[in-house]
Amino acid sequence: MTQIQEMTLDEIRHLVSENAIQGETVVLNMGPQHPSTHGVLRLIVELDGEVIVNAIPDIGFLHTGVEKNMEAKTYQKAEVMTDRLDYLNTMGNNLAYVMAIEKLIDLDVPPRAQAIRVILTELQRIASHLVWIGTSALDLAAMSVFLYAFREREMILDIFEMCSGQRMMTTYFRPGGLWRDVPVEFEDAVRNFVRIFPRRVDEYEALLTKNPLFLDRTVGIGKLTREQALQYGVTGPTLRASGVAWDLRKVSPYMGYEQYDFNIPTHTAGDVYARYLVRVQEMRESLKIVQQALAKLPYGPVRSNNRKYVPPPRSEIGVSMEALIHHFKLWTEGFTPPKGAVYSAVESPRGELGVYLESDGSPKPYRVHWRTPSFDNLQVLPILAKGHLIADLVAIIGSIDIVLGDIDR
Amino acid sequence: MGIEQKLGNMGVVTTTLEQAVNWARTNAMWPMLFGLACCAIEMMAAQASHYDMSRFGMELMRASPRQSDLMIVAGRVTRKMAPVLRRLYDQMPEPKWVIAMGDCASCGGVFNNYAIVQGVDEVVPVDVYIAGCPPRPEALIHGIITLHEKVRGEKFISKA
Amino acid sequence: MEAKLQSVVQRLQERFPLQVEEFRGEAHVFVQAEHLLHLLEFLKTQEGFEMLSTVTAVDYWPQQQPRFHVIYQLLSLQHNLRLQVRVPVNATEPVLPTITSIYANASWREREVWDMFGIRFQGHPDLRRILMPQDWQGHPLRKDYPLGYEEPQFTFNFEEINQRKPYAKE
Repeated sequence: MTQIQEMTLDEIRHLVSENAIQGETVVLNMGPQHPSTHGVLRLIVELDGEVIVNAIPDIGFLHTGVEKNMEAKTYQKAEVMTDRLDYLNTMGNNLAYVMAIEKLIDLDVPPRAQAIRVILTELQRIASHLVWIGTSALDLAAMSVFLYAFREREMILDIFEMCSGQRMMTTYFRPGGLWRDVPVEFEDAVRNFVRIFPRRVDEYEALLTKNPLFLDRTVGIGKLTREQALQYGVTGPTLRASGVAWDLRKVSPYMGYEQYDFNIPTHTAGDVYARYLVRVQEMRESLKIVQQALAKLPYGPVRSNNRKYVPPPRSEIGVSMEALIHHFKLWTEGFTPPKGAVYSAVESPRGELGVYLESDGSPKPYRVHWRTPSFDNLQVLPILAKGHLIADLVAIIGSIDIVLGDIDR
Repeated sequence: MGIEQKLGNMGVVTTTLEQAVNWARTNAMWPMLFGLACCAIEMMAAQASHYDMSRFGMELMRASPRQSDLMIVAGRVTRKMAPVLRRLYDQMPEPKWVIAMGDCASCGGVFNNYAIVQGVDEVVPVDVYIAGCPPRPEALIHGIITLHEKVRGEKFISKA
Repeated sequence: MEAKLQSVVQRLQERFPLQVEEFRGEAHVFVQAEHLLHLLEFLKTQEGFEMLSTVTAVDYWPQQQPRFHVIYQLLSLQHNLRLQVRVPVNATEPVLPTITSIYANASWREREVWDMFGIRFQGHPDLRRILMPQDWQGHPLRKDYPLGYEEPQFTFNFEEINQRKPYAKE
């Protein structure tokens, strides 16, 4: 076990300005455990009085070694680890990984599976934004929003539990479709949620959007210009709040997103308030997609028929020899995709979630790299925080919506 | 029930010192915010209105270790984070208890590799382990009630 | 490969010596380290690839020449195109020029490649470990670095593993 590094001034000499070394400014450690950093993020903040001169993030306190661990497991077993990366967007992580495998193999997905994937991914997006609005409002001392947001989230988690048996780490999407078909109560539960949710979003907006305290703390804070956002590879609502209308669901649609009618909310101000407005509007748009997908839900199989990659149903194993052999090969050895490398990206609630998957023809992935959005989004924090107060730093961290599991993998 | 029966006509309640102290300790145990990863979200959900933990006395989560007596290690502990965890544990005043919430804190969980400490009992002594990945809020509450029962049975002689 | 991407790749092949491979509609461009900076500069200013999605590397141990491939994934918002640039790196001297002057988010991404693979980037303003602790030895994502797992405890070996496990004292 390593000792705690007492960071001497020499190590950070090149990062902090001259004033700190002469003692004119204070270097403060907002350590990994702090009530407002979302996860274990350590910030070395250089302060001139209470004004921030520089804020340097120090990450790695949640580095799980997922990329190396996935190389040691077969494709199917490695999917379990994908949920735990960005733990607020578990269905989305599954979707990114499974889409990469399907692109590598060139495997078809039946339309019913695509529609259910879209419904569950959009519900996950709403759940992630609910946690965002709850925790960042909690940081700004609006505790009621936290309690209301988690109440709605319980309804979404009930739907996930109904489909897959697990509230958060579902591993429900599999290569070729879904694990199993949704139960009969699914449609009613989703319809019920769609019916009550718009009024709840109105409740959150009534508490925050025109609240003079909230406006004072968020308008004009942490401005991110369009050029800076593109330079730093920022994606997601943070980019859309700076004026760039870039959403992977619209520009390169996947899983049938082109058949649904929804808007991409953007804003030009680029400050904390703009990001708040963009995310609240995104919740409403996601609800529209869920409504449309549920109305158009087609009948049919939920998993592809390609037996080389998709296991046969249990009923078939008793009667067909080939089905038994396929089942045996898939469970003992795993499927073997062709050699090659693909990069497949989806739109997560935080931005572009990409998977670089390279295979060398063996049943275990040769290299899996996760392009996670929070890693690039966090790099703009020093730029956003310069010149603001510590209280504003808390608001800024909440607004860029980072998840440390995403950053450290 | 309870107090009136004990009072009788004398207006006096008799109990042992251990029972009184343990009753006070369990009914107002303040947890320290130590949510690291996914289990932290379920801990927040347990604190929220649906599965309310304040009815068990845990109204607030104190961020400062000096003002808390229960550390719920929720999430995976990496080798970089382990010294920080130990230091925070050392800063908590006695009496203190530790709950290892989730599979990663109990035994390393899904992750059996170079970066994750295989069970947080390599770093701090643990009182209650809660299984699950992540454990449901009801499982967390069950773990806390188990800890309360353990604390109610604590004796002063053995601690000295 | 789609027509716009094809024309971009053709223009690149006229200016720089590179090999192109195509897989599932993606274009993978192989270039040597000395042409990397010019290629990326050209792609950003002339061809409109404003954003760098990611920088990562793959280890082909025990093959030594080249041992690593460093991969730059580029995204063009105005043309809606993706391009992958791969640079082979040898085992004996794993050094590449830094691209932080072209794309700013390469700063942390290159730190991660240094941390995980041990590939140095010349000219990087602050090359130190980002995900592992500062005094960690070794580069974890290399193929000759062990996974470091602990043997699972079953009933037959429970006692012997229990004795070796470093439990914390009070």
